[in-house]
Amino acid sequence: MKSRFALLSLMGKSGALTKIHELVREMPVSRVMTTSPATLSPDDSMQDFQALLRKLRISGAPVVEDEKLVGIISIEDLIHAMETGELSHAVREYMTTGDLIVARAQEPVMEALRRFERTGVGRMPVLNPREKLVGIITRGDITEALLHALQELYAEAEEIQSQPQHFFEALESESTNLLLRYHVEKDDFARGGDASAKIKQALLRIGASPKLARRVAIATYEAEINLIIHTDSGGFILADIQPDEINIVAQDSGPGIPDVELARQPGYSTATSEIREKGFGAGMGLVNIDRCSDEMSMWSAVGVGTRLQMKFDVSPEEARIK
Amino acid sequence: MNLQEILDVVDGEMLVEPLYNVDLERACASDLMSDVLLFTKPSMLLVTGLTNPQAVRTADMAEAPALLFVRGKYPPKETLALAQEMGIAVMLSPYTMFETAGLLYEAGLQGLGKLPIIKQR
Repeated sequence: MKSRFALLSLMGKSGALTKIHELVREMPVSRVMTTSPATLSPDDSMQDFQALLRKLRISGAPVVEDEKLVGIISIEDLIHAMETGELSHAVREYMTTGDLIVARAQEPVMEALRRFERTGVGRMPVLNPREKLVGIITRGDITEALLHALQELYAEAEEIQSQPQHFFEALESESTNLLLRYHVEKDDFARGGDASAKIKQALLRIGASPKLARRVAIATYEAEINLIIHTDSGGFILADIQPDEINIVAQDSGPGIPDVELARQPGYSTATSEIREKGFGAGMGLVNIDRCSDEMSMWSAVGVGTRLQMKFDVSPEEARIK
Repeated sequence: MNLQEILDVVDGEMLVEPLYNVDLERACASDLMSDVLLFTKPSMLLVTGLTNPQAVRTADMAEAPALLFVRGKYPPKETLALAQEMGIAVMLSPYTMFETAGLLYEAGLQGLGKLPIIKQR
């Protein structure tokens, strides 16, 4: 089980304090208060109040007359009434009136918290700008909101921690790899790029960074187009995905390249004008592969075929979704 | 620059709507797909006269969220279908590549800047 302290320190990094700070300073009382609280009329009896306390398990209530707050009645007032045996008397006789301690719906929770501290009251009726009672707030409401925010932060922090540091982190073996194989048809321009797009998608799905997925896809795409343009009968692409490196092989069985070094020169091409019209064959494909991969090697023999191998290093940052 | 601004500048037409609000920082105009892939940068508009599906593939690989075809050449339906599938916006400009690029540049869309010189044989 993960240590809560580790999570807390992580939360510190993700700005937990800032978030709680924001909550207390910026969140208005209206978001935290209990809306439409139970109220009493000044003409209700203390017995009515007692029944209300019992029914709702509360410890006090605002007293309202003509939609205006006229007093607050609490459990202490009820005890007082009980002592004098006057439970049939009106709430009006026991409630606190005058300079009532209230909260404003629009003020920040921080202000309400300060007022609780300063006055020692247990609850405050909440008034809107037109002095109408819209809710009631207790210290408990604020605590609950804070706990809720903390819970969300914990969930966030846990999610950050559970993200993979490298591919297949959850799988244990001496060596793990995922093999993806695609056949590429000669002259199949319409589907050209299909294999590369699928490899890119697979990488993104297992958690590769978009940057890593892009450079693998671009290099593979160039290799795929080469198989379509230059081979006798197409070829295949094999992607071998390992926790710390990706190897892609594009292989065909002919015609083979007479001079591999020459073929690697920028701008060198044997493509027909028809291919060039399609936007390829400008002699930049291998240059592009070289640039996108960390290692590239090409073997070819006329009459046998060509094997292009590309290696991509996976750094911990690249293996993780940003 | 958003896509509506681009359409206004080149008096163009939207052929495939974007999946989300696209804001482009720069453009690359080329008919050579490898050249596009060689120097791709994020949030790039691909301006091209090449209307086959490979233009869409290239935009997808290069993570260019939008394509602008030039000289009023309406792309074949395979191209539009692939763009729809890949979620890449497609627009059409009635101007040539040179004029389309000129209008966009004048309107403030950046290019890729100075690139390294690659000696060719």
